[in-house]
Amino acid sequence: MEASLEVLRESFKNGRTRSYEWRIKQLSSLIQFIHDKENTIFEALYQDLGKHPVEIFRDEVGIVLKSANNALSSLHKWMAPKKKPLPLLFFPAKGEVLSEPFGLVLIISSWNFPLSLSLDPLIGAISAGNTAVLKPSEYAPVFSSFLVATLPLYLDDKAIKVVEGGADVSEQLLQYKWDKIFFTGSPRVARIVSSAAAKHLTPVTLELGGKCPAIFDYSSVHSNMKVAAKRIVGGKWGPCAGQACIGIDYVLVEDKFASELIESLKRILKKFYGENSKNSTSIARIVNDKNVERISNLLKDPKVAASIVHGGSMDKEKLFIEPTILLNPPLYADIMTEEIFGPLLPIITLNKIEESIEFINARPKPLALYAFTGDETLKKRILYETSSGSVTFNDTMVQFVCDSLPFGGVGQSGSGSYHGKYSFDTFSHEKAVMQRSFLIELEPRYPPWNDFKLKFIRLAYRYDYFGLALLLLGLKK
Amino acid sequence: MSQTKLFDAAAATDLVNELRAIFNSGNTRSYEWRVSQLESLLKLCVDHEEDICDALRSDLSKPALESIIHEIGMVKGSCKLAIKEIGNWMKPEKVQTTMTSFPSSAAIVSEPLGVVLIISPWNYPFFLSLDPVIGAIAAGNTVVLKPSEISPATSSLIAKLFEKYLDTSAVKVVEGAIPETNALLEQKWDKIFYTGNGRVGRIVMAAAAKHLTPVILELGGKTPVVVDSKINLQVACRRIISGKWGGNNGQACVAPDYIITTKEFAPKLVESLKQELERFYGTNPLESKDISRIVNANHFNRVSKLLDDDEVSSKIVHGGEKDKSKLQIAPTILLDVPRDSLIMTEEIFGPLLPIITVDKLEDSFEIVNSGTKPLAAYLFSNNKKLKEQFVACISAGGVVINDTTIHLAVSTLPFGGVGESGMGAYHGKFSFDAFSHKKAVLYRSFVGDVPMRYPPYTDGKLRFLKALLGGGILELIRAILGWS
Repeated sequence: MEASLEVLRESFKNGRTRSYEWRIKQLSSLIQFIHDKENTIFEALYQDLGKHPVEIFRDEVGIVLKSANNALSSLHKWMAPKKKPLPLLFFPAKGEVLSEPFGLVLIISSWNFPLSLSLDPLIGAISAGNTAVLKPSEYAPVFSSFLVATLPLYLDDKAIKVVEGGADVSEQLLQYKWDKIFFTGSPRVARIVSSAAAKHLTPVTLELGGKCPAIFDYSSVHSNMKVAAKRIVGGKWGPCAGQACIGIDYVLVEDKFASELIESLKRILKKFYGENSKNSTSIARIVNDKNVERISNLLKDPKVAASIVHGGSMDKEKLFIEPTILLNPPLYADIMTEEIFGPLLPIITLNKIEESIEFINARPKPLALYAFTGDETLKKRILYETSSGSVTFNDTMVQFVCDSLPFGGVGQSGSGSYHGKYSFDTFSHEKAVMQRSFLIELEPRYPPWNDFKLKFIRLAYRYDYFGLALLLLGLKK
Repeated sequence: MSQTKLFDAAAATDLVNELRAIFNSGNTRSYEWRVSQLESLLKLCVDHEEDICDALRSDLSKPALESIIHEIGMVKGSCKLAIKEIGNWMKPEKVQTTMTSFPSSAAIVSEPLGVVLIISPWNYPFFLSLDPVIGAIAAGNTVVLKPSEISPATSSLIAKLFEKYLDTSAVKVVEGAIPETNALLEQKWDKIFYTGNGRVGRIVMAAAAKHLTPVILELGGKTPVVVDSKINLQVACRRIISGKWGGNNGQACVAPDYIITTKEFAPKLVESLKQELERFYGTNPLESKDISRIVNANHFNRVSKLLDDDEVSSKIVHGGEKDKSKLQIAPTILLDVPRDSLIMTEEIFGPLLPIITVDKLEDSFEIVNSGTKPLAAYLFSNNKKLKEQFVACISAGGVVINDTTIHLAVSTLPFGGVGESGMGAYHGKFSFDAFSHKKAVLYRSFVGDVPMRYPPYTDGKLRFLKALLGGGILELIRAILGWS
């Protein structure tokens, strides 16, 4: 390991990865890789997670292609130094901010979107001119092995390395000094990553999760009930059967509209996945035994089990859990205190939809907040009185594909952000550069100090150029 | 003896809970609250300029003019800028959306993080305490400030003045040393902003990791000055001296730590530095009122120890005088000290300035890059190519060509380190951003729902999605019409 990291460090040191050409070449190769291997990717992700090609394309392949193409066409602009205005006092001078690569970065990705959560950050690291080590998750083993075997054929292996392995390998990697660590996963592991980073003062970006709520303000959106229900089902079970950091965790709705919402969701579920969702090819499976166990434990509490209003069946052998809807499971139960990360959807009822603000604020800050409402006042209140990584009105998941928006959490849902230009920034140091000439020397900057210099400095701080002129001419006391 | 209540972890927990309740009440979010606090801070500076100068004189023998330029003036500048711009900073930033999520509109909303902790150092105890506080208030947070116990007069003055001028339910000062800092670090904060050294920076970051708290670390490092020969030597020397000794006698994170120049040019440079030093501080600088002292006996010993090595002390070409009773060390220049000596491996943070010589100036890059990344890097040169190379090849928090330290006073430039010199940046709008969460907001309507997003999945949907994410209108139309 040490030896191969030394190769990467050396590549960074000799400037190999800094040029515009190198970055463009890697990004183009990455696109080529996706095009060449599309079917293998479909196959690998089917084996690891039972994902359908449409889902894979929508959530992974398409995302990565979009990001890489966006980086390709924007890189020149991103790399250009940004001019900054300077106060006249410093004239003649020039100020700019220059983005420079950090050096050697570590990307640890997760198993639920093995392709996009690996390559999307890598696109940022490459765009910014870094060398990188990528560690995909061992819980998606087919894809992980495929990536280790195939990606080096496309990318510069003196600058980018894929490392396969589990927690032990991550632990080993975290011993080294990195210039940046980008981690996607759980808060528990994030604490380990951050603690390891602290030893070397390494900055980290943490992409975590949390219980993402969906507020459903029935009275203002009921005329669009069908589209709204589709978007909720699409945001819950669509991406990796609920095993997604921005998937809906629970829905908040007023008491009197709960049954209507549940009926709509059931109808859409049937439309999407048929009478027997177990036979549907359009829904992913649970990643492994451990997670089937974890999710089924969430239903163990008799009070929770009793709250199931739809679904609830599972086939542990086939790692399948049916899309399940629960109405008002107890709030103290694990299902309402832990991130569900699976195909269970609790519906929590409130007297007034406005109470959802208090409900959300009583819990850790989620990565995403969804609100279906046409009520402008409620929108404003949600926006300014709650805190979350992002807020999406009247839809789910789509914020993820919007490159102009930073994607990232706050509080327990993470720190730092990426996507589009933000990915480039996440892997860059913004260096302040100021250039001066030897012309025009302001004597009052220097000791020995006297009253004249004090007056001068007071005026200079106010940028009072007229006063300064008078002072210099001896016209001002 | 007066009984002071011990500030322990329990007290710290109470303090954080109290501030969290205030934050949750929403008081600190309003534009009015933010502006009123900043205006009070500004008034504090105006009303108490003399008291602040006195405190800084007591802590560091800082000359009043230095205090006014580097501390009070900077704080006032930051306050004024924030008061003027805060309305703009708070506005949601509209951003473009793509066809993929059409029809929609998107914005980025800056929201306060919550309860933040600011730990400030002793070298600029007023400026480095208040400047981050301005950012935290501007962004609408509640704040605990822990000023340094090593500059006690300024720390207690800040505590006293905050009590008098600011909303004490939302902005608190905790005075104290290591036990108090540890009690604070055990708490869950929404952001920690630390200015100081890398050793404590690691402790702060490790404590923050337990709660997943983001940190900004403003650290230091060995800031190099590379000096070319064909320059206006007198102006260069004055700018080097003002950055080195004129800023708290070298006890500054952006102060030049060492110089690199050519063997050939070194004697001329030393001569000119000596001349200008004499002009600034007279023939006996230990008597000058225009230079700060060393902060305390510990640091006096630490800096003195850097000269203990005979191989180092024999390289003194100017200065070297010390007065332990007055905690003074004269501006000292050393020529060609060994690269492996303590003075060249540790941050000096004092009035010693070693000069390293090289055959060609380009060799300086290798020297600078072989060390850890400094907070700043300076170059004096008129050579266009050299300037370009320096800017491109030297990794540092900030780079200044033909001057020193003044980038710190420019609010349009982010101020912060990289690698060992820290992470995160502040000043101007960057301070506001440092204490804000950038919340992504997407507004969608119900029209134009694309059925291809949803199951059951088919080959036709795959073709459509490929066209949609590809962004090509033509492919999209073909997919919709089923032509591809």
